[in-house]
Amino acid sequence: MKISPQAKEKIAFLVLGIATCLVLIPVFVIIFILMEKGAQAISWEFLTAKPRMGMRAGGIFPAIVGTVYLVLGTVTAALPLGLFAAIYLVEYAKGNWLTRMVEVAIVNLAGVPSVVYGLFGMGLFVIFMKLGTSILAGSLTLAIMILPVIITASREALSTVPQSFREVSRALGVSKWQTIWHVVLPNAISGILTGTILGVSRAAGETAPILFTAAAFYLPKLPQSIFDQCMALPYHLYVLSTQVPNVNPKIQYGTALVLVGLVFFTNLVAIIIRARFRARKQW
Amino acid sequence: MNKIDIRNFNLYYGNFQALINVNLSIEKRMVTALIGPSGCGKSTLLRSLNRMNDLIEGVKVSGEVKIDDRNIYENGLDLIQLRKKVGMVFQRPNPFPLSIFDNIAYGPRLHGISKKIRLQAEVEHALERVHLWDDLKDRLNRYALNLSLEQQQRLCIARLLAVTPDVVLMDEPCSALDPVSTAKVEELIYELKKHYTIVIVTHNMQQAARVSDKTGVMLLGELIEYGETADIFTKPADKRTEDYITGRFG
Ligand SMILES: Nc1ncnc2c1ncn2[C@@H]1O[C@H](COP(=O)(O)OP(=O)(O)OP(=O)(O)O)[C@@H](O)[C@H]1O
Ligand SMILES: [Mg+2]
Repeated sequence: MKISPQAKEKIAFLVLGIATCLVLIPVFVIIFILMEKGAQAISWEFLTAKPRMGMRAGGIFPAIVGTVYLVLGTVTAALPLGLFAAIYLVEYAKGNWLTRMVEVAIVNLAGVPSVVYGLFGMGLFVIFMKLGTSILAGSLTLAIMILPVIITASREALSTVPQSFREVSRALGVSKWQTIWHVVLPNAISGILTGTILGVSRAAGETAPILFTAAAFYLPKLPQSIFDQCMALPYHLYVLSTQVPNVNPKIQYGTALVLVGLVFFTNLVAIIIRARFRARKQW
Repeated sequence: MNKIDIRNFNLYYGNFQALINVNLSIEKRMVTALIGPSGCGKSTLLRSLNRMNDLIEGVKVSGEVKIDDRNIYENGLDLIQLRKKVGMVFQRPNPFPLSIFDNIAYGPRLHGISKKIRLQAEVEHALERVHLWDDLKDRLNRYALNLSLEQQQRLCIARLLAVTPDVVLMDEPCSALDPVSTAKVEELIYELKKHYTIVIVTHNMQQAARVSDKTGVMLLGELIEYGETADIFTKPADKRTEDYITGRFG
């Protein structure tokens, strides 16, 4: 049987459409299940109170706070480091073996499983550098985990800034560093921020890297400094699901919903930033 | 008096010699045009005058370029001072994606002027020199990339003038413009020579004839002829110049 080009076109269109929908389905199913089973758990108390009765009741406030601290710590450590590395690679590095080594390292770093980061962080920060199980150690571990994302996004953003901007600036007698600071960075900032936020939202949801470096099973007090342990949403969820018997599933799903909500919200911020900068950018 | 003296100047991109023993004296407050077929080294020679070629990896030079009697290739020369003194206008108008004001204030700001009043004065002065002030004075906060191409190119010239150069290098400054805009920018170039020494690269022989006092003709990395523009176009000394001008190659 011969199939006419028009029919082929239709079939191709159908297949592509179905594939696209299949991608969407898990997202919607996850959101739907979380909403259905977790939404009732969400209340003012749930968001602002400490867990009670061996975490079978009360809220998840310390875990939210802990995750926020970890995320802030991660950005503070990862953004400058990643950005400077990207600037070096794009603006200064020559195409020599060192640069290629760094490139290979970045690619490989991105493929390392997160539990390995956790063990690495424990070895380096917790034990060797004697930071103990702490927000600091956890943030540094997460920072290293998301460095490849930040570096890759920043490099991309820096290299899309037209070469002519750099040339003009240099021709006006402006030094290389000032040119990077005043011309290149402002024009790359949206891409850099987007990459950073996406990296951070990944960090917010990871359990393994903080398992041995920062997270506590249960803490009666909120952390007082970066050298304290903290509770964290992903780890708390893990604990509720596997370590504590007879937890009302409502609380588990509620916690998951808050975590996913937080991640979606950060991603939304990234999308908005990108859209706003893109609207302005015309070159 | 000569503003620029180029002596036995050679430039290599890696192993490729792009400029071969160039000797050229450029007079103060005159317009000097460089013409020649594509790839003969006009832009390279122009960019040698503010050492923009330094930005390209693997460039080597020998010989001298003296500006105000000082060799700009001597060791320890301050490139920032050099480029403030010898400014450059590029082929395509290339304003920064900023407001009109910020575009022109860019140079002065980075060279240390921070007082709003002084910056405003600089911006006004620069825009007046390129005849944009009357048109744009009420919308200095507008986005520079929304201007017409001609206005953008004038803006780029103004941005350059705001860092108070003595020498202005122009690399085919009108090639992105329509004929009417080209004529206006040429008029501007003619006026600017009251204050600046101008070197302009052009593909357009009529343009060289219209705006320049002196013309240098280049071929395959060599400067084959240099003299009064009128002479070059009416009685060229070199047979190859004649061939080029009459359109036999290039
Ligand atoms: N960055 C570079 N690396 C290697 N070779 C180069 C480089 N830039 C220019 N060249 C070569 O040097 C020669 C002169 O180039 P240049 O750009 O100065 O010519 P031009 O006269 O300005 O040409 P056009 O009229 O096309 O602008 C050309 O053969 C070109 O291929
Ligand atoms: Mg050229």
